[in-house]
Amino acid sequence: MRDRNRQISRRQLLQMGAAGGLGLAGLGAFPGLLETPEALADSGRISKSLIDAAQKEGAINLIALPPDWADYGEIIRIFQTKYRLGISNANPDGTSAEENQAIQTLKGQDREPDAVDVSGSAAQAGKAAGLYQPYKVSTWNTIPAALKDSQGYYYGDYWGAMSFLSLNHVVKQAPKDWSDLLSPKLRGMVAIDGKPYSAGDGFGAVMAASLANGGSLDNIEPGINFFVKLKKAGNFNPADAYTATILKGATPIAIKWDYLNLAVRDQGAAQGQKITVNIPKHGVYGGPYYQAISAYAPHPNAAKLWMEFLYSDQGQLLWLKGYTHPARYLDLAKRKKIPAKLAKKLPPASAYKNVKFATLAQIAKANAILQEQWDAKMG
Amino acid sequence: MANVAPTARPDRSAIVPGRLPAVPAPRRLLGKLSLTWLPVAPFFLYVTIFMLLPSLSIVQGAFSKSTGSGYTLDHVRTLFDPQYRDAFWTSIKLSVATALTGGIFGLFVAYAAVKEGAPRWIRSALITFSGVAANFAGVPLAFAFIATIGTTGVITSFLSSYGIDIYSNGFTLYSFTGLTIVYTYFQLPLMILIISPSIDGLRSQWREAAENLGANTFQYWRMVGLPILWPSLLSAMVLLFGSAFSAYATAYALIGSGSVNLVPIIIGAVMSGNITIDPNLGDALALGMIVIIGFTVAIYALLQRRASRWLR
Repeated sequence: MRDRNRQISRRQLLQMGAAGGLGLAGLGAFPGLLETPEALADSGRISKSLIDAAQKEGAINLIALPPDWADYGEIIRIFQTKYRLGISNANPDGTSAEENQAIQTLKGQDREPDAVDVSGSAAQAGKAAGLYQPYKVSTWNTIPAALKDSQGYYYGDYWGAMSFLSLNHVVKQAPKDWSDLLSPKLRGMVAIDGKPYSAGDGFGAVMAASLANGGSLDNIEPGINFFVKLKKAGNFNPADAYTATILKGATPIAIKWDYLNLAVRDQGAAQGQKITVNIPKHGVYGGPYYQAISAYAPHPNAAKLWMEFLYSDQGQLLWLKGYTHPARYLDLAKRKKIPAKLAKKLPPASAYKNVKFATLAQIAKANAILQEQWDAKMG
Repeated sequence: MANVAPTARPDRSAIVPGRLPAVPAPRRLLGKLSLTWLPVAPFFLYVTIFMLLPSLSIVQGAFSKSTGSGYTLDHVRTLFDPQYRDAFWTSIKLSVATALTGGIFGLFVAYAAVKEGAPRWIRSALITFSGVAANFAGVPLAFAFIATIGTTGVITSFLSSYGIDIYSNGFTLYSFTGLTIVYTYFQLPLMILIISPSIDGLRSQWREAAENLGANTFQYWRMVGLPILWPSLLSAMVLLFGSAFSAYATAYALIGSGSVNLVPIIIGAVMSGNITIDPNLGDALALGMIVIIGFTVAIYALLQRRASRWLR
């Protein structure tokens, strides 16, 4: 059941996004912090008793955290060495639905996931199905109200915006806006990440296209029509766009979250392939993900410690290193905790100034339209 | 005069002219169960746990309400919405197309390699290769084709260096045609594997007898060869249909985001996704697939019984 009192107000989210952008822009005025381990140390608010209880449990079960998604690989490694807890990361390429399902089917078993990182729709569904237990981290008050469940069942961890990635040696002129994608030079090149009524990534692409082509958060049809136009022009590539297909040149233009595209950019650079990532001029759509602790967690204290770590300054800065906008971004910017070198690697703040977030109700409505029309128009 | 127990085979070792031999009655346990069922029990256990129970849970899920308890026909009703009708129809069309292409060409290749006059080594090489290729379906196959005839594939680039741009002439790997070509890669070898024993069963004496009676090649095939092969040919193609109908990973890697509307992709999308969380719809779609495949397998079983009569 949807709790209408908790509807994320568009105004609040716009303000958050705008303020976030201003905060990032304002960083240039402050002297950069050295990137020493001390600079990335946590805020020291994690209680010793929690650490002891977690270490007694000895391990934590995580699920569906790809190592190159928002720098999770490094986050897991640092958590493991810092608190000496064994981590098992099941099904790294799993989806949010699979995470909720794992909580349900593995109830009472040792393998059940302790904590999940899911999309908004799955977080809502999970709370409704009684899959989560409430927990408010010590830094709870610095998480924007629009990004958390007031009762503490789920809380936003980071958000990203839709971006264009292009492989430089295949695409001579990187697309900067949606109209650029229709160019005849890009035949068979433009791909998204799965079906839009299934993958959060794919959904974001169609919603962003809608915002740029006369639609709105309440009306996703112009987005669908844009992709039909793209397909008719022969530019749409229906294969799933991920690191392997991008670097191999099979899907040289990918419309995905900025943090995913920026991570691919780094991987490409390591292989000697130059990649350009642009936030489109029009239609900037932002999407948050949410953390939650499983109601039947076999290691509840370890899960709470994990949350405390993620929402500490250190955890949030590691997410920022993974190119996302962490939930406590404004707080970190206010307290001048963001290293300038890190800030420079992200796209300029001005690109995000018009970012729009959809409420869960808007997402559900758009999803129903997508389920009806996407396959019929694109199939 | 006859003293034959109903479930036993006649014992030919004691043939007495004029009288049918006496046969021992089968050993019975508890007066009801025959011991002959015991060795097969593990198989039935396996079938029950891994096939019947999951199918039953799909059926239950298809008729259950999404929230709360109770049953509903809503999910099955949505199966008749245009986008799902279209998906089922496209899946069936694709499966029939690849069953026919793989079936007919597979038959030709198998016959050429397996018939009596063919060199020995061709047969074993072909069967070995077919064994591998028939199981190569999935993401690696899709990638292999993307690397070969995708937009930046090896063959595509080779052809465009000679001025032939297949993509600007309307061909694309990511379409119904492209999928048919990719599926044929594993359908054709599967056909070869299935039909080779049946071709072996075409005894050369029949050919010689027909030629003796004045039949030419066409008449031999029309009146002797094809009628004998026909049931196994048809049931092999029915099996190919089932194999293509349920293929998921290959199709997902090629057209996962759109462009060809297939049922297994939709099931994957609604059952494990981030936006739509509707496993009951997935169950309903799976039920639809079970019904269609059930038809297919029923036809296959019928034809299989008919085919084996010829080979005894």
